[in-house]
Amino acid sequence: MVDAVAAAPPSEVQAGTPAQPPPNYLETFRWMLLARTLEERIASLYRAGKIFGGVFLGTGQEALSASLGVSLREGDYFGPLIRDMAGRLAFGEAPVDVTRTYLGSPLGPMQARDGNIHRGRPKQGIFPMISHLGTMVSVVAGALLARRLRGTLPGAVGATCIGDGGTSTGAFHEGMNLAAVERLPLVVVVANNQYAYSTPTSRQFACADLLDRAAGYGFAGHDVDGTDLVACLQTVGAAVAEARAGKGPQMIVARLLRLTGHGEHDDASYMDPALRASAVGGDCLKLARQQILTRGWAQEADLDAWRVKCLSQVDAAVATAQSDAPPDLARVHWTALSTTDLNSVFPQP
Amino acid sequence: MSITYLEAIREAQAKALALDERVFIYGQDVGAFGGAFKATKGLAKEFPGRVLDSPISEDAAIGLAVGASYEGMRPIIEMQFADFSSVAFSQIVNQAATQFWRTQVPCPLVVRLPSGSTAGSGPFHSQSMEAIYAHYPGLIVMNPATVEDAYQMFLEAVSIDDPVIFCEHKFLYYHLKADALPTEIRPSLPVGKARVTRAGRDATVVTYGALVHEALSAADKLAAEGAEIEVVDLRTVKPLDLDTILGSVARTGRLLCAGEAAPWGGTTAEVISRVAQEGFTLLDAPPMRLNARDTPVPYHPALWQAHRPGAQSIVRAVRDLLKF
Repeated sequence: MVDAVAAAPPSEVQAGTPAQPPPNYLETFRWMLLARTLEERIASLYRAGKIFGGVFLGTGQEALSASLGVSLREGDYFGPLIRDMAGRLAFGEAPVDVTRTYLGSPLGPMQARDGNIHRGRPKQGIFPMISHLGTMVSVVAGALLARRLRGTLPGAVGATCIGDGGTSTGAFHEGMNLAAVERLPLVVVVANNQYAYSTPTSRQFACADLLDRAAGYGFAGHDVDGTDLVACLQTVGAAVAEARAGKGPQMIVARLLRLTGHGEHDDASYMDPALRASAVGGDCLKLARQQILTRGWAQEADLDAWRVKCLSQVDAAVATAQSDAPPDLARVHWTALSTTDLNSVFPQP
Repeated sequence: MSITYLEAIREAQAKALALDERVFIYGQDVGAFGGAFKATKGLAKEFPGRVLDSPISEDAAIGLAVGASYEGMRPIIEMQFADFSSVAFSQIVNQAATQFWRTQVPCPLVVRLPSGSTAGSGPFHSQSMEAIYAHYPGLIVMNPATVEDAYQMFLEAVSIDDPVIFCEHKFLYYHLKADALPTEIRPSLPVGKARVTRAGRDATVVTYGALVHEALSAADKLAAEGAEIEVVDLRTVKPLDLDTILGSVARTGRLLCAGEAAPWGGTTAEVISRVAQEGFTLLDAPPMRLNARDTPVPYHPALWQAHRPGAQSIVRAVRDLLKF
C-alpha cells in the first residue's frame, strides 16, 4: 500500500542551525539546480528534434546524485548511471561535455562516437557507462584494486550508481561480491526509483527491501529518503567517509520516485498515480527550495540569481556545442584499436 | 631438457610479471593453487600480491581488468576454460572492445582462453571461441600453434595497448614440446603475420592452433602420394594476414581452410570469402572449408575424433581439392 500523504516534510536538520545550513547544503543545491536546468534544456532540444538519440533525465534524483558528487574528491572514481547529471556536474563534469555529447560534437569527450549518458573522461576519474546494467560495479572496483596494487589506495574512494532494476543483473551481483571479497572502498548508490522502465519493483525483486542485500554481499547498508537533501548529504557523506576510512564497501538504497519517463520518448503512463502523491514521490529540488526559504538559509532573490546563473551556464554550453562543426568524414580514423598497425583492413567499395 | 607449450605460457607470464610492474594476474584458482592447468604454478609465491584468486565471476573479472587498465595496469585474466568466457562476453565485447573507440583511452588487457577440444572434455570444456571474439571490432585474437609462439606472442600480447584474446590450445598444453624457450622475447615474425610452416606447390592448407599439427601430419601423408602441400599457420585470427594467404594461393592455386570451431561463419569462412573476393583469379579450384561438425563437442573419444577435423579428414579434403 502506498502512503498517500503529499510531499514528505524535510527532515529535521541535525547539523547546522536554523540560521546556517548543513555543510555543503547550498553548494549541493546549486548543483541540483544546474542539473535540472541543463536537463530541461536538453529535453527541449530533444522535442525540437535537435538530439540524434534518446534523452534520459534524472528528474527527482538530483539530491541523491549531487550528494554523491560533492562527497567525492579529485582522485576518486565515479561510474555514474543514466540519472546522474547532478552527481556528474558536482564531481567536475563540464556542462559543455554534456551538450557536446548529446549534440554529437566531435569535440566532445566521446567525439560523436557515443552519445547522451554514455560519456566520461576516464583519465579524470569519470568512467563512461555502457548500457549493460551492473557492469560498472566491477569496473570501478578494478580501478580501486589497481590503486591497491600500486600502493596508492589509502584515502581513495570509488562510487557507482544503479537503479532498482539494475540490481537484478548478474553483472551487479558479480561486481558486488568481488568488491566485498577484496574489501574495496566502493560506494554503491542504489536509487530505488520504483520503476525499471515500465516494470514496477514487485516484478523486479522479492526481498522485503533492497537494503537487505547489503548484508548478503558483505556491504555496510544505508537507507535514505532520496527526496530529502539533508538526509542524502548526511547518509551519502557518511558512507563515503566510511569507505575512505577503510571500513569496506558501502551500499546506499534511496527511496524516491523517477519523476519522468524512462527517457523523453516515454510518457510513463504506466506509473501508479498514488506513488506520485506519496512521500516517495516528492520532488527533491522543490522540497530543498522550500526548506531553504523556510529556514532562511537563503532568500528568494538568491534563488532567482542562482537560477539565472544556471541558465547562462546552460546557454553557453549549448551555444558552444551548437557552433561545433559536425564530424568530418574525411578525417575519421576508422579503427577500434590503438595499435594502428594491427588494424584490420576490409575492402570498402 | 625440453619445455611444453603450457610451460612456455607459464614462463611467459613469469617474464611479463618480472618485466613490468603494471602486470598482474587475476582468475579462478590462479593463486597458491597455480591454476586448473598449472599455468600460473609458483607465480603467486614468486610475485607476492600480483597473482590473485578471483571469485567465480567471469563478468566481474573482465570488468575489474577494464577498471585496472584505466588506472594504468596491464591485467592478465585467466578464464579457467575458454567456454566460461561466454559469461564474460558482455564485458569483453561491450566494455573492453569498445573502449578505445569511445574514449581514445587504450585498454591493455589479455584474456587467456584455454581453448579447443580434447578427448573426454565434452560440450562445456572444449569450445573454440576465436571467431566469436574476432567478429567484434576492437579485439586482437591470437591462436599460437607452437611453443615459441606461445611464449613470444604472449609477451607481445601483454605489451600491446589493446585487448588481446589469447587462445591457447589445450590439446597442445602437454603434447607439444620444444627443446628450449626462445632466447628472444620478440617474436621472429611480428604479431599479425601468418607463417608458412611448410612449403609446397600443389595446394595450400590455411589453419591455426592445434590443427596446424594435423595439417603437417596430413602433408606428410600426401607427400607419400606425391602431392606437395603448403601449410600456413595464421597465428593471429584477427588481424588476418591476407597477404601471406594470397601469396601462398598464388603459388599453389588451391586452398583448403581448416578450423576446429563450428562450421557456420567463423574464421574459415572469413578466409575463404576474402580469398574469393580478393584473389579469385589465383584459384584453380573452388576453395574448400573444413570445420568441426555442427553439434556441441561430444564426450566419447570416438565421437570427439569424428567431430573435429584431423589429419585424416584434411587428407581426404585435399585429395578432393587436387582432383578438381
